[in-house]
Parts: sequence; C-alpha cells; structure tokens
Amino acid sequence: MDESNTGSVTGSVTEAITMRVTRWRPDKNTPPGTQDYDVPMRKEWTVLDGLNHIKDELDQTLAFRWSCRMGICGSCGMNVNGEPRLTCATFLDDYAPGPVRVEPLANFPIARDLVVDLTDFMEKLPRVKPWIIRDDDAVLGADSEIDGEYLQTPEELDAYKQFSMCINCMLCYAACPVYGLDPDFIGPAAIALAERYDLDSRDQGARERLDVLIEHEGVWGCTFVGECTRVCPKHVDPAGAIQRYKLKAAQENVKAFLLPRGRR
Amino acid sequence: MTKRRVLPLVWMAFSGGGVTSAMFLPVLVFLFAFAFPLGWIDPPSGEHLRAILGNPLTFLVLLGIFTIMLVHAAHRFRYTLYDGLQLKWRWQIALLCYGGAVVGALAAFLILATAMG
Amino acid sequence: MSDLTWRRPISTWWWLRKRTYFVFVMRELSSLFVGWFVVFLLLLVRAVGRGDAAYHDFLDWADSPVVIAVNVVGFAFILLHTVTWFGVTPQAMALRVRGKPVPAPVVIAGQYVGLAVVTAFIWWLVTR
Repeated sequence: MDESNTGSVTGSVTEAITMRVTRWRPDKNTPPGTQDYDVPMRKEWTVLDGLNHIKDELDQTLAFRWSCRMGICGSCGMNVNGEPRLTCATFLDDYAPGPVRVEPLANFPIARDLVVDLTDFMEKLPRVKPWIIRDDDAVLGADSEIDGEYLQTPEELDAYKQFSMCINCMLCYAACPVYGLDPDFIGPAAIALAERYDLDSRDQGARERLDVLIEHEGVWGCTFVGECTRVCPKHVDPAGAIQRYKLKAAQENVKAFLLPRGRR
Repeated sequence: MTKRRVLPLVWMAFSGGGVTSAMFLPVLVFLFAFAFPLGWIDPPSGEHLRAILGNPLTFLVLLGIFTIMLVHAAHRFRYTLYDGLQLKWRWQIALLCYGGAVVGALAAFLILATAMG
Repeated sequence: MSDLTWRRPISTWWWLRKRTYFVFVMRELSSLFVGWFVVFLLLLVRAVGRGDAAYHDFLDWADSPVVIAVNVVGFAFILLHTVTWFGVTPQAMALRVRGKPVPAPVVIAGQYVGLAVVTAFIWWLVTR
C-alpha cells in the first residue's frame, strides 16, 4: 500500500494528466512559452500538488509561489485553464483527461515562470489606508499606555466581517477587465478593504479613504462587471463593496457641494 | 474637508438614468415601436397625444426622463469605448459622449416645447 | 534597475473569451439603444406636434422593415438592460429596513412591481 496515498483504496496510479505550464526566464527577447509535464492523477491532488510533483520529481527549475496549501495565505493564485484560481483549492481530476493549462495570474507582469510581479498592488493597497484610523486613542491611559479594549457588538462585527475575509490573493485583479486594461485603476481588493475599515465601528478614517477613492482611478473606473466577486475564493464580494462605496462617495460629494466649508 | 468632484454627480445621473430607462423604455418602445405602427393596438389619435403633450407636467417629466436616459447612455457608452474597444483618446471620447447627451437634451427641450403648442 | 518582467497584452476580443464577459459587454452596448430610443421617441413627439399627417407618416416609417429590424434588436437590448439592472441592484445597495437587511429576491421583485406600475400607467394614459 502506498503510504503517501492514505484515504484512497488503490496504492498505484494508472492515470496521468498533462500539465501545460508557462515557462519564462527574464529575457525581453523571448516571449513566454509552455512546457508539458505528465503528472500522476491522484484523486485528491490539487494543481498545487501537481506543481510540487513537477518541481520535486521532474523539473526543479520551475518557479512558483505557494505556502499554506489550504486557501488562507493567498500565495498560490494562478490562471488554470484561463480561470483565476487558488491552485491549492483546484483539483486536478476536475480537468481530466487534460491537458490542463497553468499560467501566471492574469493582468500582472510575469517575473519568472508562474511568478508574477505584485508591485502594483503593493503600491495601491497602502493608499487606501487599510488600518484602523482614529482621531483619538480612546483606550490610552494617562501615561499613554494601552488601558483597555475597543468594544464591538456582534452586529457591528457583522457590518464589515465579510470584507475582512480578503486574503489578498489577487484573483479579483486577474478577473477584472478594467484592471487589465487600465493600469491606474486601484482595483477590487483595495476598495473592498477600504470599505472593510470604513464599516468598522472602531474606525474614524472614512474621509481619508474617500479622498483617495473619489478620484477617477478610484471607484469610478469600475463598470460593475462583477467577475471579481465570481472568482473570489473567500466570498468577499468586492463588486458589491465597490458599488456601495460609489453610492457613499456620491452622497458625500453632494454634501460637499451643498454644505458650507466648515460643515463638510 | 471632502473634495468636490464632478464625476460622482455624473455617476448619480447614470444611475438614475439606468433605473429610468429600465422602468420606462419597455412600455414606451413596445407601444410606439411595435404595437401602434404594426397595428396590434389601434394607435391613439394625434389629438389625444397632443393633449397629453400639452400638459406642462408631461413636458417636465418627459424632459427629465429623456435627459437622464441620455446621460446614462453617454456615460455607459464612454466606458464601453474605453474597455470594450480599448480606444484610448480620453477627452475626445468624453466630449463625443457627454456632448452628444447635451445636444440630445437640448433637442428634447425644443421638440417637447414645440409640441406643447 | 531595469524592468525584467514580461507584460502580457490584452486582446481586443478579451470579452469573447468568457460568457460572463460577453453578457457584460452586451449589457453595456444596450446604452447605444437607450440613446437610439430616446431619439426615436423624440421623433415621434416632433411628428405628433406637427399634426396628424406627420404623425401618420411617422407610424408608417416606424412600420418599415429596416426600422422594425433595428427596433427589434434594440428592444432585446433594452430588455437585457432592465433584467440585468434589476438583478444587480441588491448587490449594489445593502438595503436595511428596521435594522434587518432586505433579502435580494424582495429587492428584485420590488423593482418588477415598479416596472408593472409604470407600464400600466403609461399604457392607460396613452390608450384611454
């Protein structure tokens, strides 16, 4: 009995599946190509297992990102047969008989093989200030030491909880045609995370985030394709977050026009 | 102090126009593009329609819905040209689309005012 | 340091690659027909204002094959707009009544009720 195959009845594997994997070494003169690898089709294997098999047994030069292999770290996002997927959550036998195409996550520049350059997102995320912003530090004592906790009811938690599930896997950016076509667009996850903090009862930073997102490359670039929500593995619904943010931004904007300076 | 921007206002008009066109166009198109011309239903008399159009309330309502539907169409079509066809002449497309909506709204004003009699 | 990455270009036909992208672009193209029908209705209003002869000429013109063909296509597009607009509203607006979220089917049904009311009113107004 093959010990590495606990849970399945047979020890041997008779089937294989071809994984057609993008390969590229940093060389502006040669476009990315693909390489085919025959990988055993084990019933419970994910695409990530297949990639690790390739790297361990077939071709150690293959480069790809992964970590937790259980859908929480957000590292292993790639395009599998054209769809942005977490490779740790995508089963090989769903693509039988194959071949299954494994490409770097769409809409990002390729750094090497299946690894993409995420600098653009890393620059955009801090712009929306995804942290609790407060004018005061309500729980600091007289000596500026932390002196208590912020209290939050279950209802207050529910208001933003869904948007806090984002694991920054970037599948939404890979799915978003606007992000693919307009590099200035700040993108789904960044806006969803801004909304997560705006809705958090402990936060007082909505205005600062609005100043960033009310610009053209903020929420208004979104045309509500909705694909981001469809591919999100954590059911964050960034499309919903963005549309609600647009309404909020529009309401604040009207107030800004109507109210005198001091009250805005 | 919150910044003031025009684009959110355009978006609100787009949104309002979306609801308006979703609610009003089906019946208006069904009646005036199919039922009456094709004779499925006897067309109303010109006199009856002129009586409706002569009402100042009708003038205001129709002017309002035609204008907001034109803004909706302009805003959406502008983004379709950016993303669908990837035409990147930003200000030219904006001018063409919103300018078209303005021209249409002016035409609506004139035509509705004239038809008021 | 130079940019040692490869940027993949997006095809002009990106929206043909996936059904959801295709429906999205069709939905956006409905805007063209919203614009067309505003023009069509303004032509009707102008004809009515000019008298019965002009009004009947308009109805004859609207009856012609080319105009019917355009309007059939246009009608399909504006129905797509109505259905998709109503469908996404629950996602776009987190409506709460007395602290409880309004379920999506209720939001969607409510809009169809609005559509029915507007339709009935205009039908009555025009045909009475």
